[in-house]
Formats: sequence, C-alpha cells, structure tokens
Amino acid sequence: MKQLPFFPEQASTVAGRVDALFYFLITITGFFSLLVTVLIVYFAIKYHRRSEAERPRPIEGSLPLEIVWTIIPFGLFMVMFFWGASIYSTMAHPPEDALDIYVIGKQWMWKFQHPGGQREINELHIPVDRPIKLIMSSQDVIHDVFVPAFRVKGDVIPGRYTTLWFQATKPGTYHLFCAEYCGTQHSGMIGRVIVMEPAQYQAWLSGNLIQQAGALTPSPAVTGEIPTTGTTQGPTPPAGATTGMAPGSTTPLAEAPSTGAAEGSLASAGEKLFRDLGCIVCHRPGAEGRGPNLMGIFGKSVSLQNGETVIADENYLRESILHPQAKIVAGFQPIMPPYEGRLSEEELIQLIAYIKSLK
Amino acid sequence: MSESRAAKGTHEVHEAHAHLGFVRTYIFSTDHKMIGRQFLFMGLFMLIIGGLMAMLIRWELAFPEKPLPVIGASKEFIDTGEPKTSMDQTWAEWLSKPESEQNWLTKNMPMGAITAPLYNSLFTMHATLMIFFVVMPIMVGGFGNFLIPLTIGARDMAFPTLNMLSFWVGLLSGIIMLASLFVPGGSAAAGWTSYAPLTAKVEYTGVNWGQNLWCISLIVMGISSLMGSINYITTIINMRAPGMTFFRMPLITWSLFITAILLLLALPVLTSALAMLLFDRMLGTHFFLPEGGGEPILWQHLFWFFGHPEVYILVLPAMGVTSEVLSVFSRKPIFGYRGMVFAMTAIAFLSWVVWGHHMFVSGMNPLIGTTFMMTTMVIAVPSAIKTFNWLGTLWGGSIRFTTPMLFGLAFVSNFVIGGLSGIFMASTPVDIFIHDTYYIVAHFHYVVAGIIFAIFAAITYWFPKMFGRMMNETLGKIHAILTFIFFNATFFPMHILGVGGHMRRIFNPLQYEFLHPLQPVNVFISISAFCLGVAQLIFLFNFVWSLFAGKRADRNPWHANTLEWITPSPPPHGNFDKIPTVYRGPYEYSSPEVAEDWLPQDRRLETTTAKGAH
Repeated sequence: MKQLPFFPEQASTVAGRVDALFYFLITITGFFSLLVTVLIVYFAIKYHRRSEAERPRPIEGSLPLEIVWTIIPFGLFMVMFFWGASIYSTMAHPPEDALDIYVIGKQWMWKFQHPGGQREINELHIPVDRPIKLIMSSQDVIHDVFVPAFRVKGDVIPGRYTTLWFQATKPGTYHLFCAEYCGTQHSGMIGRVIVMEPAQYQAWLSGNLIQQAGALTPSPAVTGEIPTTGTTQGPTPPAGATTGMAPGSTTPLAEAPSTGAAEGSLASAGEKLFRDLGCIVCHRPGAEGRGPNLMGIFGKSVSLQNGETVIADENYLRESILHPQAKIVAGFQPIMPPYEGRLSEEELIQLIAYIKSLK
Repeated sequence: MSESRAAKGTHEVHEAHAHLGFVRTYIFSTDHKMIGRQFLFMGLFMLIIGGLMAMLIRWELAFPEKPLPVIGASKEFIDTGEPKTSMDQTWAEWLSKPESEQNWLTKNMPMGAITAPLYNSLFTMHATLMIFFVVMPIMVGGFGNFLIPLTIGARDMAFPTLNMLSFWVGLLSGIIMLASLFVPGGSAAAGWTSYAPLTAKVEYTGVNWGQNLWCISLIVMGISSLMGSINYITTIINMRAPGMTFFRMPLITWSLFITAILLLLALPVLTSALAMLLFDRMLGTHFFLPEGGGEPILWQHLFWFFGHPEVYILVLPAMGVTSEVLSVFSRKPIFGYRGMVFAMTAIAFLSWVVWGHHMFVSGMNPLIGTTFMMTTMVIAVPSAIKTFNWLGTLWGGSIRFTTPMLFGLAFVSNFVIGGLSGIFMASTPVDIFIHDTYYIVAHFHYVVAGIIFAIFAAITYWFPKMFGRMMNETLGKIHAILTFIFFNATFFPMHILGVGGHMRRIFNPLQYEFLHPLQPVNVFISISAFCLGVAQLIFLFNFVWSLFAGKRADRNPWHANTLEWITPSPPPHGNFDKIPTVYRGPYEYSSPEVAEDWLPQDRRLETTTAKGAH
C-alpha cells in the first residue's frame, strides 16, 4: 500500500491493516473538518450583520436535522468500531505457533531472552515471516515496548506478564523504545529490533550461545541477575552495538555470563531450578504427588477448589509460583510455600519455560 | 418558598453591606462575585506560570540541551571556559561555590541549560497547573461563582461562607503546589498522570517531597472543589427565581450544573487514589507495589475513572460559554436548546464508562478493550450534535464579530479538530500505534488548551459585568486572531510528529536517530509557541488597562437576554434590586414580539402567558 509521508515504514503483517484504518479515519475526519470549516467561513461571510435593523428569522431548531446529524455520525462511528475491532482482535490474539521471547524491562534498559537461552540487551534479533510473541514483565516501574514500523505497542508491567505479538515482513533494523514514561532517563531507553532471514537467525542464535559459553566465568550471579558491566545502560547504544545485522555480530550481552543459559535452553535451566528448589518433590512428573502434576498443564483449563476454572497461562503459573495460596487446585491442600522474593524475574521465566515444555 | 427565604436573607445582607470593611469586601468576602473574581485572578496568575513552563519545554525540544537565551551562558564560555558575557561571569561565580551553597538555578539548569530532571518536572507541573489551577479555577471557580446566582436570579450562593472557604482552601492548595517546585529533590516529575509504581517509591524518580506535596496539594484542591460543587448544585436546585424552570436556564448554567455533579462524584476517586499513593510513599503500604501484593494497574483505573470525567469537567463549561456567545452574537436562538442540554447530559453519563480508552496498551482483556472502544465511539455522538447545533445557530443569523464571538468561533473550530482527532484514539488498533506519541499531545491540547479560547470568550464577554468597564475591541480582535493562528501553528504539526513516532515526555528528541529529519518541525512548533506566548501580552495589557481605564459599561452592552444583564455593571451586593420573575427561555433573540432584537427573560409582555406554557 502506498504510504503518506511521515508514517514510519510498514514492516509487519498488521502494519498495513492499521494504516488502512488510519487512512480511512483521516479521510472521514478530514472531510468533516473541512465541512465545518467551510460552513463556518461561509456563514461568517453570508450572515455577517449588515445593519442594526437586521432581524434574522428566530429559528429555534429542527428535530429532523438534529436526528440526521445524530444518525450519520453514529453510523460512521459503528463502521469505525467494527473495522477497528477486527484488527484489534487479530492484534490481541497471538497465533499458536508463535516463537516465545521473554522481555524484562528495567530502568533504563531492555533484556531479551530467547527460548534457546540466548540473551541480549537493548537489541532483539528475530526471524522474518514468523509470528513472535513477547512475554513481558518489568523489574521496577511500568515500561512499554514500541516498534513504530510494526505498529505495535504494549505496556511492560511489574508483577505480571503482558504479551505482544507481531510478524515482521522485511529483514532490516527497526527502532524499539520505551513509550511509557519511566523516570529520569526515560528518553534514553532505546533499543533496536534486527529482523533476519531464518538461516541468518539460526546462525546468530548459535553464535550468541558460543559467545556466552566463551565468556562464561565463575559467576556470582546466583540470583540470575545479568551483570550490567560493559553493557548498555546509558542513553545510547555503544558504538560496538551498531554493527548492523550480520549473523553473530557483537551484541552488548556477549560478555555477560549467566547461570543457566550457557548450558542450554531456558527450559533446561528451568529444569535444573525445578530440581534445585525442590519443586520436583511434590510436583513429580507422571506420578501422583502432593502437588498437581504439571505435565502438559500449560494452556489447559484447571479446576480450582472454589469451583472456578482458570486457563493455565503464563500469568497463572507466575501467580501460582509466587503466591500459591491465591488459587488452590481442586483436590490439593494449600501447603506450598510462597516464592515471592525468592526468585528473580529471570528464574521465574526459566521455570515457566520449563513447565511449558512439559508435554 | 426558597425564593422568599433567599430574598429575606439577602435583605439583611443588603443593609449590612454598608458596614463591611475592606477586608470583608475584597479579601475574606462571602459575595459570590468577589469570590469569582478571586478565582479568576488566581487562575490568570497560574496561567502565566504554566505558560512560561511551556515556553521552557518548547525551548528544550527545539534546541535540546542548549543554554536558554539571555540567562544562559555563551557558547564560547561552555567550549573554552573563558567567560565572555556578564551572564558567563555570574555562572562561573555560582558554579564555583561549594555544593551546599548552590542555588536553585545551578542545580536545575547549570549554565542555563535545562537538565533531564528539570524537564521532567516542567512537563509534569505545566499540565498540573494548567488543568487544576488554571482551567478549573477560571471556568468552574471563577465563572461558576460569578454566573450561577446571576443567571438564575439569586442574590448569592446557598452557602456564602462555604464559598469563601472554597477559595481560600483552593489558594492554599495552589501555594502548596508552587512551593513543591523549591523543595530538595525537585517537584513531582512523573507526569500529571503520576503513574504508579513509578510514583509509589522515592527511588524510582529520586523525587521525595516534591511528589508528596503534589499529592497533598491535590487532596486539598479536592476539598476546595467539593465545597464549591455542593454549593453550586444546592444553589441551582433551590434558589432559582420564580419562573426560572430548569429548561429556561442558560446553557452556561446547565453546563456548570452538570460539571458540579461530575466534580462531586469524580474528585473523591482522585482523592482516595492520592491518599493510597501517599500511604505507599510514606507509610510503607503496597497498594500499587507488586512486591507486597499490590496492583500497579489499580492506579491507572482509579486515575482515569476520575480523569475522563475530569476532561468533561474542563470542557463542558467551555461549551456553555460558546453556546451563550454564539447565540448572542448571531442574534438568533441557540439551535436545538433541548438537544444541547441532552447532549451535555449524555456526555456526563457516558464520561463514566470510557476511562479504559486511556489504557488500551496496558494489556487489558481484549473483550474489555473492545467494550471501551464502543463506549468511546458513542460519546463522540453528543459532541457531534453540539458542533452541528452551533453551526445551526450561525445559519441564517445576523453575526456580530465582536472579540468574544471571534473566540467562540475559534473554540468551535479547534474543538472540531480536537474532537475528530479523538476518534483515532477511540479506534484501538490506531490508538496502539499513536498512544503516548505527540499525536496524543496534539489531541489533548486542541481540546484542553483549546478551552483557553472559551476562557478568553468568557472574559471578554462578561468583563463589563464583572468590572463595570469594556475591554478594548481592537486589541481584543488582534489578540484573538494572533492567538488562533499561533495556536494552530503550534499544535497542528504535533500530529505529524506523533505519526512519525515522536514520543511524548522525551527530554531530548535528538537521542533518537530517526527523529532527526523531524527536528525542523519541532523548531517550527517552538517558534510558533513563543509567538503564541508573546501574543498573550496584548491580552495582559488590554485586561489590566481596561480594568482601570476601560470605557464604562452600561447594564446590557451586548443586548443579551439572560438575567445577569438586567443588573447594574458591576452588580451590587445582593445582585438584583428586586428578584426578577422569569417569563421565557434565555435565547429569544430577534423575536417578532418586540421591536428590539433581544427580549430579556424577565420582561413581561401582554402575550406572555400563552407563550409561557411553551
């Protein structure tokens, strides 16, 4: 579709649809602003007072006219509503086969984690033509991921997961930044999305892992916190991070060691945590334990003790780990201790990725 | 019955009036007209401060991190360290002092360049002052107080002492807000929306008492506003003159009545949210902090549940003013009087169910998001009705282009742009794209800053009644035209910035590589904004000069119908010589029943009885 000047380029499947609605709104509102302007000017000229003796006809109103200008805007608004609702529905429901990427926002940087364990800061490498689902949370205040070229935006909120999905249509580098005011250096919370051909993406994934393994040092990072030394925290990405989209290019994270990722995927790191924290004692895969069997639980509906049912999505798993008493599964005792304050956001993501992988 | 009581009560006041001294007449006055003027002056003073803040914001956006003109250090001094101008020497002297002796300027704008913390505090305080201490005091406090008793034919408000308290509590709240600019750590800097958890913990912003005082000031303001709104509602329900039925009230009075109801219901929600925020900050509670089981999104729900009705609290009186002015100067009845009243009532009801459209990107359930999209589309309908009815009022009229009329027409034009750009935000997928960009800034300035046109219309229209003198028409028209041009040159290009991906609340747009091509737009906007600021000096001069040297106004200089114009200019204590009896609606201009083209609401005609049933 041809674009108006000033619009960012369209680089996602939804961008063209959003713009089409945008152009429709511009046309309709443009027409009505023009109509009102022309009428005001025309009336101002035609009906300006010519003499003090002038007596206009004292029209008090017209019900038919008022009905006309109630019905027509209402009809137009309903067209806009249904059109908008259909696009919104697409944007709000990520496809089943989307690639999950975890996002953690903090003042003032972005941390991204790929399912294979790859990590990056302020840069996100993704494959083209594949739905990507961002599962996002914040360590401090509310942030917001905004990629203008994709026409998507989503708040990143502490204490819960929000999701945002898109499918990039063109390889390239796109701007990503924080759209929700988040404190003093908000305007410096800038990142980039690097969209790659699938083969390049695969090469980048393994390159990132090799670099992480190479950089692995005895790490004090028991909490899973990524040390930020040498990584981007200032207002602009360091010069080394702007080398473009070559596979395996230096990422700011290259030197960042981490607890689990270097050994493999998020899920395998989660599995290790699952053992180390003793979750496995009660939640035994396959067998009846003191806690619910987690095999294949993700995405299924769960019956609770109070008679309600919930879908076991990321937010449910998060809550059930941090505040197990909030929703007790039918047939079980409320004996699990809360893990609030005992897990970092990264560890939570690993545990959830592991539970999601149990199929 | 209520009328006779009111009449009796004010008779005593009338006699006591002569004995009132300076303090009771001009300072601790219980006269609604003096309280109205006090609110007006407070609002205009805050307008100057809020406007200067806007100038600083625009300087930073056009010339990021450059020293301000006049008070800033020269480029040579910054580059070489060699003082060139006298200002350079002053900066050198100030900055050489030890940390503890640094003054406000060196801490917030060393060398005269705005720092990120100061910028954040400027956009926060600019919005807070303009909304809570300019538009609300002038429109609701000022004109609400001045006009309600006069237009319904009452001698004063139902609770004059409460009314006086409302002003003094409001002033206290303003003083607290201004004081917060000078506390250590700076003023509130989290946006006027003060989203938690950013505001719930001191370490997230580094602002301590600034944010606390912000909360306290708005809680105090809420008390002032509560006293005012109870008074307005009681007065309008109980103290209308004989014959003044609800459907004979002028639309300005209707708008203030509906606004008072919205205020009464909306502000307690803000007050409770502010109290919870203060508890989180000072007492260690966790209402909005997830680590203690709190809910960060709760703040947004409470804030916008207050915030959206608040938008209509600001804009309804402006619509009321516009309706008065358009009808009077078209010498024609307002088009569809009842339709206008029903539209305002519909807006008031719907304003409670649209708050979620501020939160489309907060990860809300899509079903709820879709519902809010629907309600928001529906609330646009009554605004459309009002606009077309204003056009219907002009249609076939005999239009006098006075200063208030020019401002009224400007308000309609800008409101159309602001209203139509709101459609983009109602449409969720488009809103997701433009949310938190300059498109939003453009939109709400067209609506909320556009209210300034209604304020100027109101001031120029009721100035003769308030102060007994006319304002200068030539200066007024020049001011109106320049303000209209520069307002649009300032705010219209912001739509383009927003679509281009320019976020709001960013300290330095040049940090974003892709915004570099749009920087000339920022410079254009800032220059227009400076011109807009300078054009206001014309108004300031005209206002002050006319106060003392304007032409004396007679009772009804605009030949208007409503009751305030049958009183002397300015009206004495007690307003009316005799409580008027009302025979007709407020907009019977160019009536065939009389020779003049106006027909005051209280004039008795031989044929009136038949018409009275209408």
